[in-house]
Amino acid sequence: MQRILAGYVTAMCLLLMAPIVIVVILAFSGAGYLQFPPTALSLRWFARFLGDDQWRAALWYSLVIGAIACTIATTIGFFAAYALVRRPIAAKKLLLSLLLLPVIVPTVITAIAMYFLSARLGLVGNVLWIGCCHAVVALPVVLLILLATLQGVDVNLERAALSLGSSRLRLFLRVVVPLAAPGIISAALFAFLASFDELIISLFLTGIRAQTLPVRIWNSLHMQIEPTIAAVSAVLIGITGLVLLLDASLRRWRAARTGAGT
Amino acid sequence: MLPAFAMLAFVFVLPLAWFFTQALFAEGGIQQIASVIASRAVLQAILATNWISLLVTACVLLAGYPIAYYLANRRGLRFTLVVFCIIVPYFTSIIVRTYSWMVLLGRAGVINRLLQSAGLIEAPLPLLYNKLGIVIGMTYVLLPYMVLTLFATMKSIDRNLLLAASGLGAGGFAVFWRVYLPLSRHGILSGALIVFILSIGFFITPALMGGPSDVMVAMLIERSVEITLDWKSAAVMSLFLLAVTLVLYAVYYRITDLRRLMGA
Repeated sequence: MQRILAGYVTAMCLLLMAPIVIVVILAFSGAGYLQFPPTALSLRWFARFLGDDQWRAALWYSLVIGAIACTIATTIGFFAAYALVRRPIAAKKLLLSLLLLPVIVPTVITAIAMYFLSARLGLVGNVLWIGCCHAVVALPVVLLILLATLQGVDVNLERAALSLGSSRLRLFLRVVVPLAAPGIISAALFAFLASFDELIISLFLTGIRAQTLPVRIWNSLHMQIEPTIAAVSAVLIGITGLVLLLDASLRRWRAARTGAGT
Repeated sequence: MLPAFAMLAFVFVLPLAWFFTQALFAEGGIQQIASVIASRAVLQAILATNWISLLVTACVLLAGYPIAYYLANRRGLRFTLVVFCIIVPYFTSIIVRTYSWMVLLGRAGVINRLLQSAGLIEAPLPLLYNKLGIVIGMTYVLLPYMVLTLFATMKSIDRNLLLAASGLGAGGFAVFWRVYLPLSRHGILSGALIVFILSIGFFITPALMGGPSDVMVAMLIERSVEITLDWKSAAVMSLFLLAVTLVLYAVYYRITDLRRLMGA
């Protein structure tokens, strides 16, 4: 029985990783069409991706919008998480459930509603505004990470700082933020990732001016499955991998720090 | 706290409220609402959405339960490896995951080519652009939610209860069926709920991997805005989908610790 289970889980793990691994391999293929396993390796699809003005612009917009969304979501999420953890607020679970709503409400609905409003305000294609909209969707991720982090910060350290005459601002900047730093950085990373990978809201809000990478992939998928998309996908997968790797090392840092504190 | 709610209010709630009030009460009034709901296309989409979502939920549960069970009983390297295989797809962009499956399942895709060159099949199998394609794609995307939810519940099951059961003479199967499964019921329920909630609003995967007859509600909403510019129908369908989602979320809220959502 244990053998069957182990075999099944191994098979499922391979199945889970297979599509991602195969796409990355195909991105390095030398053939003109999608052939697996590839007969020759080359970087031509990456060259085509980075050599194309439109793809480069899309990469740039994705990065900028991701940075804006990440800044807004992390800042706002930090204060909300702090209040949820420290303040004696009634109905905490209810408040949290409201703050998590953006991931529950079907994104198509959110996107269309945002588009409806943005079109009237002339904000379609406005990078800052798209960043704000992405921040809403990234907020739940930030909150969940920061709630866990701030619960691990010893409240006595904050009391000590306050009793020694620290102001609220100083308390935040010198005590809370440094103590929660690993968590804040990983929240920011995942907020960036949430925005970087977001498709549906971007599809409506970017117009033709500020198309992001996922939007460009979407548009080209409707035409043909060409290997350039495999190269773009490989880049997106690479960025995801990078974020996960950074997060893993941050977790180690966090563990080492709490270990040293006790 | 305040800035978070201010942002949610302005960028999330306000657009939704504005959209619904403007689009629903613009002109034509309430009769049109009834005609939208009763139209053939919408009814078909609702049926298809329910059917696909149920199918996906069942597939995800069956595929995910053994993985979660394995995870709950392992530590060390094996645990880390399996978690890695769940987490990497989980955080990979949905469009990339969907594209990957299209590459695998297409007529000239990786699977069909391999099967053909192995001589197992003559004509390529229709794996993509039908319900099968949608179910495979959505199951793949939603599996991590189920595994992480189930894992959280299974981790809290007291091993001593299992020992007690086998000490009292229950066989391996009876221990699982009569003790373990009922104890993990809570995880099954909340996992199935979250997967179903996310399924009924799914858009990207069914839009890319489904066939012409597999139209889900979210796709119909998008089409009525993008293609026919029919804001009123879009609003009616959105309101309906939103209401169903919120009711299910309320049930989920009652039975689950929200912090477990997304396995953070």
